[in-house]
Amino acid sequence: MSAPSVIAPVPHVEARLEGDCLHIVLGGRWRIMQRRPTWADVVEKALMGGNGAPRRVRFVFAEEMEGWDSALVLFVGEALRWCRGHDAFCDLSAVPEAVRRMADQLTGAADQADAMPPAPALNILAFVGYAATDIWNKARDIAAFVGECALGAVNTARAPGKFRWRDCIDEMQQCGAMALPIVGLISFLVGVTLAYTGAIVLRQYGGDIYLADLIGLAMVREMGAVMTAVVLAGRTGAAFAATLGNMRASEEIDALTTFGIRPVDFLVLPRVVALGLMTPLLALYANALGIIGGMAISYSLLHISPSAYWNEMLQIVTLRSVNVGLIKATAFGLIVGLAGCLRGLEAERSAAGVGRAATSAVVTALLLLIIADAFFAVAFNALNW
Amino acid sequence: MSGPTHETPAIAVNGLECRYGHAVVLSGVSFAVRRGEIFFVIGGSGCGKSTLLRNLIGLHEPAAGTVKFFGESLADAGDARRRELLQTFGVLYQGGALWSSLTLRENVALPLEEYTPLTAAERDELVALKLAQVGLTGYGDHYPAELSGGMRKRAGLARALALDPDIVFFDEPSAGLDPLTSRSLDELIRQLRDTLGTTCVVVSHELASIFALADRVLMLDRTAKGVIAEGNPHELAKDGADGRVRAFLTRGENQP
Repeated sequence: MSAPSVIAPVPHVEARLEGDCLHIVLGGRWRIMQRRPTWADVVEKALMGGNGAPRRVRFVFAEEMEGWDSALVLFVGEALRWCRGHDAFCDLSAVPEAVRRMADQLTGAADQADAMPPAPALNILAFVGYAATDIWNKARDIAAFVGECALGAVNTARAPGKFRWRDCIDEMQQCGAMALPIVGLISFLVGVTLAYTGAIVLRQYGGDIYLADLIGLAMVREMGAVMTAVVLAGRTGAAFAATLGNMRASEEIDALTTFGIRPVDFLVLPRVVALGLMTPLLALYANALGIIGGMAISYSLLHISPSAYWNEMLQIVTLRSVNVGLIKATAFGLIVGLAGCLRGLEAERSAAGVGRAATSAVVTALLLLIIADAFFAVAFNALNW
Repeated sequence: MSGPTHETPAIAVNGLECRYGHAVVLSGVSFAVRRGEIFFVIGGSGCGKSTLLRNLIGLHEPAAGTVKFFGESLADAGDARRRELLQTFGVLYQGGALWSSLTLRENVALPLEEYTPLTAAERDELVALKLAQVGLTGYGDHYPAELSGGMRKRAGLARALALDPDIVFFDEPSAGLDPLTSRSLDELIRQLRDTLGTTCVVVSHELASIFALADRVLMLDRTAKGVIAEGNPHELAKDGADGRVRAFLTRGENQP
């Protein structure tokens, strides 16, 4: 065998029919990368005279056989199968033992592969049933996980010295301070968008000044918390899931468990606490940037002076409204953190599994976030806050 | 153009230097692997075995020196030629390195789809053969995650052999395997060489495999940052000049 040279010698076959014996002389170089003669062509050409099918097929290597690999094995395999179909004897005694063995194995392996039954298809009823139990199991997993985290929190509150403050502070840096630019940019633009949209309606009624109320209230009660949580779900929740999923794949989580350290205490709590603390702070910052964004557009579009805007806004945005936003932000932060960690801890142990865990973490977080937001809307309405 | 002659070694390494950043791991490494040889790269942990392997197979650009496959260097080849050269060898990675999103069948079939003119039916047949050769008949539809470590390694070998390479590199083939599985893998390596004349380069520190398989070994050393011995392992263990080599090959048991 030698390296593929630029002009590679090609495989060739010479077929001769002598009496009832078909002689096949193999030569050249057989490489799997190149085209090779097929058995069907060879046999068709050899039997063109029409003397009837041979009773025997005999393979020999020509002097100038330069090298062979699976390409030759495939060719001989085709021949073996043809011989079986045409009741001819295939004589491989003149070719190397390895060719014979691999060709036999090839036809055998393919037959075995054929023999494997296909996976049974699910009927629609079974499919619906499995899907339903799946949803139920998932809901139960989430409840169990939240319960475990609550227990972990109680344990940690009893022994605060054991809490991983170092990790928690690192995570706060990662999910809090590092997120300031993106949260700031997005909230500012949300303020701008709200101003443009609000201006369309309010202008018609000459209520330009109420734009300040609209933007202030919307940012503080709703948009600040929601936009921050959405950014964190994509930025931090996915990262939690990927990190924990990878740790699971490399058995780091198992190592914690066998040391009697609960993964929830060691990995989940510091992350969830970090998010729970940082999300309201980020939301406060988002509120401010959104209001400034609205202020800028109000001034340039409707010529409302910043001081008039500010004073008008304070008429309706009370400390209570701000608190509503911050309570929601805290809850959203916990949801994002818990969803990320849960999906990471239950990730499949593979690269694709980690990817699915990250996706699923974001989807779960966004879904729960919107559900929680609706719940808060009803609750605060009932409280008349 | 003078084509490669039959005397050209399968792999020729000349004055190779490997670094990570500024840290020199190996320097002045020169050796040749003959065609059809089972060649072991051995040495203690951290001696640069894996680094040498990564430099050989082109995952790292050598800091200095050349690596030639049948007289041609990967580093000097153009893009198209480099792809062709890469097909002359297969690599069995330590953990198998199977693509986790593909089944075993798809793992083995991917290089065939990419590089050969085979029809789908021929490909399926060949994949079944490769899997049968490593003793994994019937596992074609399994995903790597569903297999044991030993099976994953064997599947990795089936994939490394997909294109019938002239040279196969093995990274720690016996790591994490039980003695019997490890021996069956050794047996596969020997069969490969005996039936197809494949050149095998094995990175290992498994003494049993070294003595059972190796035609020649190349021993690296961490403090020397290079080669400290080359030759037949039985001879080196008996009367190797270097104490470190003898100690390694006899597990330090025959030391005064």
